Amino acid sequence: MSEQVTGAQSLIQSLEAAGAENIFGIPGGAILPAYDPLMDSSIRHILVRHEQGAGHAAQGYAAASGKVGVCMATSGPGATNLVTPLADAHMDSVPMVAITGQVGATLIGTDAFQEADIRGITMPITKHNFLVKDPAEIPRTIAEAFHIAATGRPGPVLVDVAKSALQSMTTYTWPTELQLPGYRPVTRPHSKQIREAARLILAARRPVLYVGGGVVRARAARELRVLAELTGMPVVTTLMARGAFPDSHAQHLGMPGMHGTVAAVAGLQKSDLIISLGARFDDRVTGNLDSFAPGALVIHADIDPAEIGKNRHADVPIVGDCREVISDLVVALKAEADAGHTGDYEAWVEFLAGVKKKYALGYDQPSDGTLAPQYVLERLGQIAGPEAIYAAGVGQHQMWAAQFIGYEQPNHWLNSGGLGTMGYSVPAAMGAKVACPDSTVWAIDGDGCFQMTNQELATCAINDIPIKVAIINNESLGMVRQWQTLFYNERYSNTDLHSKRIPDFVKLAEAYGCVGLACESPEAVDATIEKAMEIDDAPVVVDFRVHRDAMVWPMVAAGTSNDDIKYARDLAPKYEVEDDWEVRNA
Amino acid sequence: MSKHTLSVLVENKPGVLTRIAALFSRRGFNIDSLAVGPTEHSEISRMTIVVDVEGTPLEQVTKQLNKLVEVIKIVELDHSASVQRELMLVKVAAPVDARGQVLDAVQLFRAKVVDIAPDAVTIQIVGNADKLADFLRVLEPFGIRELVQSGMVAIGRGSRSISERSLRPVAIPAPPPAARSVV
Repeated sequence: MSEQVTGAQSLIQSLEAAGAENIFGIPGGAILPAYDPLMDSSIRHILVRHEQGAGHAAQGYAAASGKVGVCMATSGPGATNLVTPLADAHMDSVPMVAITGQVGATLIGTDAFQEADIRGITMPITKHNFLVKDPAEIPRTIAEAFHIAATGRPGPVLVDVAKSALQSMTTYTWPTELQLPGYRPVTRPHSKQIREAARLILAARRPVLYVGGGVVRARAARELRVLAELTGMPVVTTLMARGAFPDSHAQHLGMPGMHGTVAAVAGLQKSDLIISLGARFDDRVTGNLDSFAPGALVIHADIDPAEIGKNRHADVPIVGDCREVISDLVVALKAEADAGHTGDYEAWVEFLAGVKKKYALGYDQPSDGTLAPQYVLERLGQIAGPEAIYAAGVGQHQMWAAQFIGYEQPNHWLNSGGLGTMGYSVPAAMGAKVACPDSTVWAIDGDGCFQMTNQELATCAINDIPIKVAIINNESLGMVRQWQTLFYNERYSNTDLHSKRIPDFVKLAEAYGCVGLACESPEAVDATIEKAMEIDDAPVVVDFRVHRDAMVWPMVAAGTSNDDIKYARDLAPKYEVEDDWEVRNA
Repeated sequence: MSKHTLSVLVENKPGVLTRIAALFSRRGFNIDSLAVGPTEHSEISRMTIVVDVEGTPLEQVTKQLNKLVEVIKIVELDHSASVQRELMLVKVAAPVDARGQVLDAVQLFRAKVVDIAPDAVTIQIVGNADKLADFLRVLEPFGIRELVQSGMVAIGRGSRSISERSLRPVAIPAPPPAARSVV
């Protein structure tokens, strides 16, 4: 007979057994019993200032380290404040476990103080969730929650624990097996599908590797590089996959999609074979779906069978873990190469190299001598380098950070891709810094985003989490303003934030115990970034006061075809792959 | 044919019905009928769902259902290879002069009178959707006062069971290695 413990002790022991090392959270009435044994635990609990910060910090921790991120909150408002990060983690497949307190079992359903049906609320935005009323079920539930969060297509799992379960006596036994009869993710790809994929790859003349966030989650970047170099196929990396393939690599066309490079968009659009690896044909990548890559066959590999064929028909569906899929493809294609069979992509590669060169990413320096936001990101990427971790908010600065910073490794670019959550950056950077204390972590934020979650600067300053924040301050909700410029006749309804006047970001940083810096001219950018890089004993906030009319280019307007990409306002690239084709293949 | 009958084995746990109903609503799938009840295993419930897949391919529906952790197994039951039944209770006006004809219909359809009042009878009928519809057409002229109908339940013909081998536990796997050498 095991020793008698409280449910709360059992919960903390279970979290330790599951491998949790850091928890971001805030205590409150219903979860309070769990915070008592937490004091004696090996787990580091980081007291945040808002539960949303706890959730995004757990996401940043998970995205940077590949481990399961953990956050904790009390019932009612504590739990509902986790809704945004949970939805975000669900969209971006982030392994995360959220523990919430619930009112006592007998009070559930009575509209008790701080009661919210968080299990019901989070059903559509979690991979799975649990409500625990019996303390004996705590260890098995925690084991199952971590298993579900980390395996298959990763995602957030919420465990709601009734206060009465935390307070009652129980025994603690870590389970040896899980009772999840309905959960058996397929990781091994089918060999017949791999053979068929290899056949299509060899037969294609215009193939492209369409790499999504699944490659990062599957830790398959090295395998991807082997596959790409073995075949010579061009590569595009989606917003979620920046860093999965080195930006410096000659085969890399860049990011596809609404604000992707002309070469990456053309690479997909004009291809005759798309090899989709852990990507999901999101509308931000495909543009108008009916006119997306009309001449392409599709090999679609994903660990989630429901993604395959959801938006675009898959000619060769492959269900499996990306690392296993890519490894098997490498084996199959190596054998073919040894037998003298390789693809002939020379003309295609040459064509794309021309597009990449002709329509390289660029931007105009403002004529009035003010600061171009793109220049800030470009210099930041060069000075902080590819070893640094970058966590972006959502909007123009996010796109510029995706475009103008060079990523060489996976897990070094964190952002809210699917849900598009403004306010992600500062807490996610905090979580990443906790996971990787030896890495430089830059939060790249807009002045709008920053004002949604900057309270976590206090958490960073007090808990010795010296992140660096670059505020790309264009005193507006910049991306919305860009749409107003382009589609609403420059009528700027409610996008002016006046953030160069209020608040004073330098003073705000200082009030939070951080170092505050400001930078207004291109000449001062390098020195400011270098100064921020030198400070390692406190968080640093840099207010980059940039030109407000800068826009994100290239752009495929929402709902239009990728064929209508503009690389600057009213400027469409001129290339006719079909014509080139006939000439070259004549 | 845009209607399909799915037999869905689920863990008998609180909230499962909500998860399934919410999934259909969230993804814009249409449910024609849904019936849920216990099975020969106390840990497993069985849902019979008739889905209308106008607009959404059946494959998306089953794949999304399969992603629910508590869904153990989904089998599509082909019309011809399964027995499909619905139960209906119908209260029909049956004054003395018309009662004979109502009872004739009951007999003809192998239905059953389960309650009787001076001017009405309540009839129970079991069958597939076509039979029930035909029966209602016959009763209509007498005046249908009230009607309640179950969702469809269905089972495959033959000796095979869909619920065998459904409850194996999984061992907790070792965490994945941090990195693996490239093939």
